[in-house]
Amino acid sequence: MQEQAGTTRRSAAGVLHGRKIIDAIKASGIEFIPCLPDIHTSEGLLRPLWREPGLRMIRVCKEDEGVGICAGLSYCDKRALLLMQYTGLLDSINAVRAVGVEYGLPICMMVGLLNKEPGVAPAQSKSYGVRIVGPILDAMGVAHHVIETDADVGVIRPAIDDAYGHGHPVVLFVGGNALP
Amino acid sequence: MTMQRDQALRVLARHVTDDIVVAVYTTAFDWIAIRSGPLNYIATGAMGLGSSHALGLALGRPDKRVLALDGDGSLLMNLGTLVTIAEVAPMNLIHFVFENGTYEANGSHRTPARNHVDFSALAVAAGYRSCHTFDDLVTFANEIGSVLGEPGPVFITMKVEPGASPKFDYEHMHSARVREEFKAALASLA
Repeated sequence: MQEQAGTTRRSAAGVLHGRKIIDAIKASGIEFIPCLPDIHTSEGLLRPLWREPGLRMIRVCKEDEGVGICAGLSYCDKRALLLMQYTGLLDSINAVRAVGVEYGLPICMMVGLLNKEPGVAPAQSKSYGVRIVGPILDAMGVAHHVIETDADVGVIRPAIDDAYGHGHPVVLFVGGNALP
Repeated sequence: MTMQRDQALRVLARHVTDDIVVAVYTTAFDWIAIRSGPLNYIATGAMGLGSSHALGLALGRPDKRVLALDGDGSLLMNLGTLVTIAEVAPMNLIHFVFENGTYEANGSHRTPARNHVDFSALAVAAGYRSCHTFDDLVTFANEIGSVLGEPGPVFITMKVEPGASPKFDYEHMHSARVREEFKAALASLA
């Protein structure tokens, strides 16, 4: 809902480090990461995550599997973060609708915005898919945030805490190429 | 040869103690009529995801056995789950598919798999630790006790036809009360 276009413009010249994202993920109490690769986050985030102690990585074949896995874990008071590309999020909309929104479960997703131009807000992207994904989430009432540079990483922990505290899904878009 | 689903579930119920049971759609309605209780997880939301919810529960509660009572129509919507579960290889997950060749909850139209897809063979190929197929109630009753003792992930194809028609109470299935009772029961499990 609150796509942070202002933040995106303000920090357009900055960089995004996967290390900072990983630290924020761990500080959020995440233990499990169901994942499919995304080229924006492949080298700077996903590969380092596999080497990171204290996290259980789960390769899934399709993104909506991850929604179900996160749901099951949430009943066990285990926090999870589903890592995927925005195309996979679009493919998982029905699962997010049913399990996240209608059941009120804390489905937390970190989503790479393939083809989003650096420093350009998703809503202004030339990519049709990048432009529409935020409005689709708005229509569903799903909170979302954009992480473009290191300055935006601070949104991760409160967003995840809020999802688990109040029982709702949240999408954390990764709008820049994460560096190792 | 096939079994009546409700009869097979009655046999299975004799072996269920404090297991977590994830059941989908028509099988779920049959199951909760036979064995009600708060450890039944029937709110899987989107069709096909039952076994994925079960995997999450199996990972979150490795101290408890998780039984997934899937349907063939549901599994067909999420066949990749076989590969994912096999890779994660939770020792405490038993994955049943109740195969009747139809999308029973949606009008009993036939699936594209009917009569020519071997679900247990798919699970073997995906890498489940052990796989079984039952089409006879007596054999199932004789063997299920020992099958449930095998280390998971175990896959079991149940060749069934509908038995007595269950009550389709979707309001109950999707109610917040069911989910809250499940969460409380799970938290209280030693």
